[in-house]
Amino acid sequence: MSFEFGLLAASPPVIPNYGGPPGGSHGCIARNGTFCWDWVKGHWGDVLQPRLLEHLELTVIAVGIGFAIAFSAALLAHRRRWFETPFGAFSAFLYTIPSLALFQLLVPFTGLTVVTIEIGLVGYTLLILFRNILEGLRCVPGDVLEAAQGMGLTGRQILLRIELPLALPAISAGVRIAVVTTISLATVAAYITPLGLGQPIFYGLATDFTTEFVATAALAIALAIVADGVLVLTQRMLTPWARARRRTA
Amino acid sequence: MIFAFDTFKPHTFVDAFRFMADNPALMWQKTVEHLQISGAAMGIALLIAIPLGVWLGHIHRGSFISINISNIGRALPSLAVIAIGLGIFGIGKTNVVFALVVLAFPLMLTNAYVAVDNIDPDVIESARGMGMRPHQILLRIELPLALPLIFAGIKTAAVFVVATATLGGIVGGGGLGDIIVNQASYFLRGVVAASIAVAALSFAANFAFALLQRAVTPRALRKGLRSIEPDVSTGVVEAATA
Repeated sequence: MSFEFGLLAASPPVIPNYGGPPGGSHGCIARNGTFCWDWVKGHWGDVLQPRLLEHLELTVIAVGIGFAIAFSAALLAHRRRWFETPFGAFSAFLYTIPSLALFQLLVPFTGLTVVTIEIGLVGYTLLILFRNILEGLRCVPGDVLEAAQGMGLTGRQILLRIELPLALPAISAGVRIAVVTTISLATVAAYITPLGLGQPIFYGLATDFTTEFVATAALAIALAIVADGVLVLTQRMLTPWARARRRTA
Repeated sequence: MIFAFDTFKPHTFVDAFRFMADNPALMWQKTVEHLQISGAAMGIALLIAIPLGVWLGHIHRGSFISINISNIGRALPSLAVIAIGLGIFGIGKTNVVFALVVLAFPLMLTNAYVAVDNIDPDVIESARGMGMRPHQILLRIELPLALPLIFAGIKTAAVFVVATATLGGIVGGGGLGDIIVNQASYFLRGVVAASIAVAALSFAANFAFALLQRAVTPRALRKGLRSIEPDVSTGVVEAATA
């Protein structure tokens, strides 16, 4: 079995990561076992940490843009019902394309660039965010809206003061799913452009150096779980009333 | 760069179908492989997750783990799990199947647990009042009532497993992913053809489990099942569709 990652040929052809810290014990690196702690220590600064930050950047940009698009679309669909079907179908269609294929399909248009990755990642966040935001807005009880109207609130005030705060739990649940999904897909995106935590994974696979892809994969998993945890805490802080209600219920 | 990327033309999609017609043996072999990998993973995950989830729900224990495991499971990056599987099992189908089981298990477990745990206590009590034993309650009351939610989890997992099995191509796991990661040999039309096949398989898997659900649901509970529509996204975007 040979690994032919043509794209990775853009990286140096030798195995620069295949070495330990100067003066360290390199036994486990040479043995190429499942996991070598020495390598992780030796290459935290030049391989793992920069890729981790890149990965975070890719994710934040993708979810940010995805949120802006999905939020506008959801607001539009909330006001004009007909818009839900076309945008929902479009985002569902994007969602069904296997990620490995979508990134390849975009390459002829945008090249082997970060733009290609971001377009793909944004595409996958749309369905999740759109559905959750729209559902959140629609879950606002009719009598609450009526009361707001009766109090003389304008449409804009109703949106900002009533609908959005009440939709916040659903919206933040969507953001949470979008973030972990994007972290996952961004590793796959390194198949196209060597960015993020996917890069050492593909590189380790291509050079058959086990520690590199196992350690990076573990780091990607840790990143996803930590990000998920942080979002849960943020969600709780943003919606204190949801907890209070649960406690009394 | 070893392989140049194919240029994309509007008729690439037409070419994709031509690719299928021109390479029936290849498409068939990779599709069968894809189904074997996904099927094995689904089978193993089903055998572990459903009994465990149903049992935990039956005794109303382990709610913290059962509910939170799906959050962690959903957070796991698929490629990372496959890479770790490769580190443990080496190249081949085993590591892909292992990774898919790890990814599918939480989706099924949580739904099975919640399905049984949330059944109206009054129903259980009246069953007990009728003199039913615990295992009778489990098999004849709880399980049938929990079926819709259990199957929602299974269908979500099936779609996810079939889609994610594509990544197996990266680590030599076979299946339709082999075509998708090998644009050098099959060109963009082959990649598109394999992607269409993956999407079709996801729908088919969802539909197959919907049929199975119908078959195992007692007639009296079938009301809501009339429209068996394969909806890839219902389970995936949980909060929105619940």
